[in-house]
Amino acid sequence: MSTPLLEVAGLSIGFRRPNGTTVPAVHDVSLQLMPGERLGIVGESGCGKSTLTLALLGYIRGNGTRMQGTVRRQGVDLFALTEAALQQVRGAEIALVPQNAGQALAPHLTVGAQIGDVLARHRDITGQPAQHQIVQLLRDMRFGDPDQIAVRYPHQLSGGQQQRIALAMALAGAPKVLVLDEPTTGLDVTTQAHLLLLLDEITRNTQMTTVVVSHDLGVIARTASRVIVMYAGEIVEDGLVSQVFADPRHPYTRGLIAALPRIDRPELPSAMAGQLGHDYTYQRCTFAPRCAFAQQICDTAPQLGVAEAMHRVRCHRWYEISNEVHMADVGTRIERDDEPTTSTVVLDIKNVAATYQRRRWQSWWRDDGVDVVRDVQIQLMAGQTCALVGESGSGKSTLARMITGLHPPRRGEIRLFDAPLHADVSRRSVAERRHVQLVFQNPDSSLNPRHTIAEILHRPQFVFFGRSRAESLAYSRDMLQNVRMDEAYLTRFPSQLSGGEKQRIAIARAFLAEPAVVVCDEVVSALDVSVQAAVLRLLVDMQQKSQTAYLFISHDLAVVRAVAQYVVVLYAGQVCEYGPAETVFSAPFHPYTALLLAAVLSIDTTPAADTLPQRIDVVDGVVRGCPFVARCPVAIAGVCETTPPPWQIADNGHALRCHHTREVLANSQNLKS
Amino acid sequence: MKIRAFVKQLSFVSWVGIGFLVVHVVMALAAPWIAPYSPTAIDATQAMHPPSLLHWGGTDRYGRDIFSRVIYGGQIALVISLTSAALAVVGGGLIGVYVAYIGGFIDDVIMRLIDALISIPSVLLLLVIVTAFGSGNGVIIAAMVVSYLPGVVRVVRATALEYVPRDFIQAARIRGEKTIHIVRDELWPNILDVVFVQFAMNASWIVLAVSGLSFLGFGVNPPTPDWGLMVNENRAMLLLAPWGILYPMGAVATLVIALNLVSDAIAKALGLDRSRGVPV
Repeated sequence: MSTPLLEVAGLSIGFRRPNGTTVPAVHDVSLQLMPGERLGIVGESGCGKSTLTLALLGYIRGNGTRMQGTVRRQGVDLFALTEAALQQVRGAEIALVPQNAGQALAPHLTVGAQIGDVLARHRDITGQPAQHQIVQLLRDMRFGDPDQIAVRYPHQLSGGQQQRIALAMALAGAPKVLVLDEPTTGLDVTTQAHLLLLLDEITRNTQMTTVVVSHDLGVIARTASRVIVMYAGEIVEDGLVSQVFADPRHPYTRGLIAALPRIDRPELPSAMAGQLGHDYTYQRCTFAPRCAFAQQICDTAPQLGVAEAMHRVRCHRWYEISNEVHMADVGTRIERDDEPTTSTVVLDIKNVAATYQRRRWQSWWRDDGVDVVRDVQIQLMAGQTCALVGESGSGKSTLARMITGLHPPRRGEIRLFDAPLHADVSRRSVAERRHVQLVFQNPDSSLNPRHTIAEILHRPQFVFFGRSRAESLAYSRDMLQNVRMDEAYLTRFPSQLSGGEKQRIAIARAFLAEPAVVVCDEVVSALDVSVQAAVLRLLVDMQQKSQTAYLFISHDLAVVRAVAQYVVVLYAGQVCEYGPAETVFSAPFHPYTALLLAAVLSIDTTPAADTLPQRIDVVDGVVRGCPFVARCPVAIAGVCETTPPPWQIADNGHALRCHHTREVLANSQNLKS
Repeated sequence: MKIRAFVKQLSFVSWVGIGFLVVHVVMALAAPWIAPYSPTAIDATQAMHPPSLLHWGGTDRYGRDIFSRVIYGGQIALVISLTSAALAVVGGGLIGVYVAYIGGFIDDVIMRLIDALISIPSVLLLLVIVTAFGSGNGVIIAAMVVSYLPGVVRVVRATALEYVPRDFIQAARIRGEKTIHIVRDELWPNILDVVFVQFAMNASWIVLAVSGLSFLGFGVNPPTPDWGLMVNENRAMLLLAPWGILYPMGAVATLVIALNLVSDAIAKALGLDRSRGVPV
């Protein structure tokens, strides 16, 4: 048996608080990293995965301290090394691709120079040979024009490109171990898919040992062969990806997997109770407070025991549970009732277009803004969820701003209950403003940090119904109950709430206005998986009670599948496909939708690599023909560039906009799947 | 931040600052009871006495008790500096938040005006105002506000700009809130910490400016006891009777240092950049 490259033994790391106490971030973690292994570390925010990852490089952030344990490389503890000796290990032996590469790259150096620094420092390559190496590395990262990219500055590159530069920098030191911290967080689905594919290619060819840290089970499934599940700083489950994801043993892992929305099923994922707090102790099972199977024995701390070959689990009851309960019973997935109850059109978006102009005085004499939204038509029905899907820059958020009256449409109009809605929110009547509510993506910034929850919930009631503070209190209490929160929260400030709780308050605030339409702008994308499922359920519950129409903006097709009855796909500001959810999620697809679907990560299917087109770098610009032509795998030369594609509308209400006929698209897409 | 938590984390240096400030405030408030003599009583027989048990601070050339004059002088220094600092900070703060929120043309115009005011040396500005409108306390306060408000506007505007694009402001706009609500109830509480620090900092600058003005003869009129005025009056006897200027100068210095230390303490407790009192 070969010796491990890295051996973590009994590692505990804590962070000192200003008041002198120490909060544990990593507790008693032991693991071995074998040569050629592809390890994944998965867990929700606050589980200690980033702290553990940095410890693999012998680094602990800020006010953290190692309380116990070692991280050994060839028998030598990294924490015993001097800073100078550590510098020799980092980069050359173990390289890190940090989370958010855009901030990790130095803004004042060209990316080529930054890669050159690594070459000079760890491999003593300088001058002309270094230049060749840099270009070669960039070519390996699938940059079409490596010479051009090398002389650019980080801000001139897109997020996906920056991530590839960070990867090139890590690989420049020819490390034995590559550590990637949340490598795709913040990237578009298609960019993510490309990056994972690239990573796969590079590491497989070189047999490199990789550690990928992510909150996304799908990313882990794609990049790792062995997975460690962390909870509250501890390893709760450790095993082969194939075992753990197919047959999870720990109740937490089971809950996580059950909470994942699935692209192949139109049903709501089941929500896990509670959330990871700070009030756990290692005297008892840390997961017990959230665990549906907790019993008396769970008041003692469980050990990481062997469940089967290569599979360890930290649970007293894993054996009983796996015999007693089937995966399906962990949480109930809800089949949605898609029968439309009414057919009232609540909001009618008619042929709207929007543009951003630099300065008002520049457009006095000419009209040259590029449309970020063009000819979009959407009808929202009472009690229905219409999903708006697209990558960043597709114009989704601009559309939300137009509906809420923050951005005037350049053309077209929006009608509420068949009456025109004024473009400017300050000109809208109280009733109009009340009926159109928005829930934001980021719950941290949507609640005023200096207002109590009571004040936050009171304000819309005052504005829309003229209720006094005392009058509003009863309604606020009721609404808190509806969003399943205790009324004790009324006196708290947003900073005392978790992300999921804040989002519940934001939803409560929207519903206190008793709206007809709620625009949900990426409402779950900032939340952890287990919390996400609970918020999705809450949204569906609230809708069923109030018959509110949702415009559900999201880039996550699996989430869309879980909640939407109707789907509109947006590309570069134009609708390219729409229809009832079932028709959009089955062939024929618009080539862009097919691309998005192929990019969706799943924990139980391995997507075919050839469904993704090879073209990574996209040239943006004004196109006379189909906007998708530059990325389209089936573009017809000479036609798609010049002629706008026609709408093809089927009897079932499904429509797509392409030069290929529905039959041709359906045939080619069925072949692939 | 709770008062108790604030007190608990204060450093020794912060306590020194608070101590000096408290001493100054108590002396100013209790001046009639503390001061052994009237600040304006002239006694030619007692002129230019060095500090003694009878006259702790010595006497000036008119035989006035220096110690009593320093104590009474604190009343004027504190009232003028705290009043003008409060006005400058609240006025400048509200303007700063307002222009940060409203943006566009109004923001441009007001900020260029502020730039113009800042470009005039503050001593010159003070002298011009006092020369034009006389040297009553009201005029001095007005002059201080005009000189120190622009700096506050800049700092507060920069801080508020961070909050303006946040979603809770968007939410308020979508709700149809009036500008006054957004400025006063949504933005203002978020920049209040910066306002506190700005208040203490500006107060210390204004103490210096007020004594500087009276030193130059543009401030309060004799025989009113004023620190800057005392330094000016006793300047001629610098070698013969140094106590005549050392005591008022010490008073100015301790008050300025105390206010600075207090502003540092507030900034540190709130996690702000201590040199400017803005978020780090």
